[in-house]
Amino acid sequence: MAGSADTAPIVHIAAVDKVFAGREGGRTTALSAIDLDVRPGEFVSLIGPSGCGKSTLLRVIGDLVQPTRGSVSVNGKTAEQARKDRDYGMVFQAPVLFDWRSVEDNVKLPLEILGKDRAWRAQRAKAMLELVELGDFTKHMPYQLSGGMQQRVAIARALSFEPRILLMDEPFGALDEMTRERMNDEVLRIWEQTGTTVVFVTHSIPEAVYLSSRVVVMSARPGRITRIVDIDLSRPRSEESRETPRYFELITGVREALRAGGGDVDDAGTPSAARTMAEGAVG
Amino acid sequence: MSAAAGVAGRPAAGPSGPSAAVKAGRAVRGYAPAVLVAVGGLLVWELAIRLANLNAFILPAPSAIIAALIENWNGERFPLWQSAQNTIIEAVGGFLIGTTAGVVVAFAAARWGGMRALLLPLAIAANAIPIIAFAPLFNTWFGLLNPLSKMMMAAVLSFFPVMANVTRGLSGVDPGQLELMRSYAATQSTVLRKVRIPNALPYFFTALKLASTLSLIGAIVAEYFGGQGSVLGRMIVQSASALKFDITWAAVSLAAIAGIVFYLVIAAIERIAIPWHASSRSED
Repeated sequence: MAGSADTAPIVHIAAVDKVFAGREGGRTTALSAIDLDVRPGEFVSLIGPSGCGKSTLLRVIGDLVQPTRGSVSVNGKTAEQARKDRDYGMVFQAPVLFDWRSVEDNVKLPLEILGKDRAWRAQRAKAMLELVELGDFTKHMPYQLSGGMQQRVAIARALSFEPRILLMDEPFGALDEMTRERMNDEVLRIWEQTGTTVVFVTHSIPEAVYLSSRVVVMSARPGRITRIVDIDLSRPRSEESRETPRYFELITGVREALRAGGGDVDDAGTPSAARTMAEGAVG
Repeated sequence: MSAAAGVAGRPAAGPSGPSAAVKAGRAVRGYAPAVLVAVGGLLVWELAIRLANLNAFILPAPSAIIAALIENWNGERFPLWQSAQNTIIEAVGGFLIGTTAGVVVAFAAARWGGMRALLLPLAIAANAIPIIAFAPLFNTWFGLLNPLSKMMMAAVLSFFPVMANVTRGLSGVDPGQLELMRSYAATQSTVLRKVRIPNALPYFFTALKLASTLSLIGAIVAEYFGGQGSVLGRMIVQSASALKFDITWAAVSLAAIAGIVFYLVIAAIERIAIPWHASSRSED
């Protein structure tokens, strides 16, 4: 489960700033003085209002965006080296599937790029698609799948080459609430089975609390970390976890941290709304 | 894979689609209205001319056109079949030259951003010129009697849509796909092979369909300005000046049929090559 406090961090972010140059010479500080350690096997969520830089921070970790100042090290390497070593599995809000490839071939794509042999690719694709419960859809084309199924293919693809770290950028943001809760359970199951480290961007408080070992609360303009909330709900988490008093306390805690940071809070984040949602899913 | 196209939006169904018989039935039903309208139109045409006793000078009846076609199929003065063959060779030759050049330039433009910045405005400007106006010049440059002068007209007309569309297809890739490839630390050549080229294929086929029509137009218009005798363009000009309009119509019909067949061949290749694309999926 979540690594103990004395384990060396797998991701170490120190004093990171990111400033984007605007069109008319203006400058936007997307990230300011970010310090964050992620321990191996941990599930860390980044939450905050739009424009708080949570996606930028995820991209800084994944070496898709270069920090203006500060340092990022992953497994003791630079983020760039980690990317070149294929330490990252990425899942975006859009599934980003390749229309011309079948479900199975989409999952095989990173393995082809890594130069894995044919038999291994087939074996991994089959195993990963079974893991996300799409074993019967290997030959389908992406357009034949629903949005939730497409996102599961994206997750299978991200896991196919056994990356050390899974970076997920609002992966379920486009899904309806019911599908989203099912996907949350699926991600937790996969995380528990694979033991991979997950950094997860979301703007849903219940989602962040339900999934995470720790929730990193961010605020906007400039994007900074205002609080880190430890989520001490017992594992494995399930439908019952969503009904415990502690779950609601934690949701309230994260919400208050967001308010204190000046963020707008998603209404679905209120305990009563979350409770209604949970009851709806059961009934 | 086209079998799977039948189950669009129904993920629960397996990848095997409806049976061949069902699909054939659907195809017949799909085309039936168009065929009926076409046949009906020809009948109305035929009847209108017979009833109104119109002069063949204005509009020959379909039956007269078909008769002229059969009569002059291997005719001495108007060898229509031989002419159609020669024109098709010019058009297809030009199509191949223009398409190849368009693809090569598009790859160069996609590879080197500077070249794209230089070429695209030029290409757009050049495309705005009515290139067909150059036909007499082409005859001078490449030889009036040399079929190459007609091929080059067809080639230039084919070049622009292919170049512009393939460039767009190669460079207009979903940024998310590029980000994903970057996270895999994929090389530029891998991105080209696995993302840019497949992404460009639908654009390429759209351009090929345009080019098929344009190349035939280019060849025939270039023929109007002179050259070897047995070509559809010459048949049309000469029969019209001899007031043999039934033969003119027969030659025009052959050109139309050639254009349609050319287009359908490309559409068929498209369906086989990119069954995953929306343009290839059967409507359901």
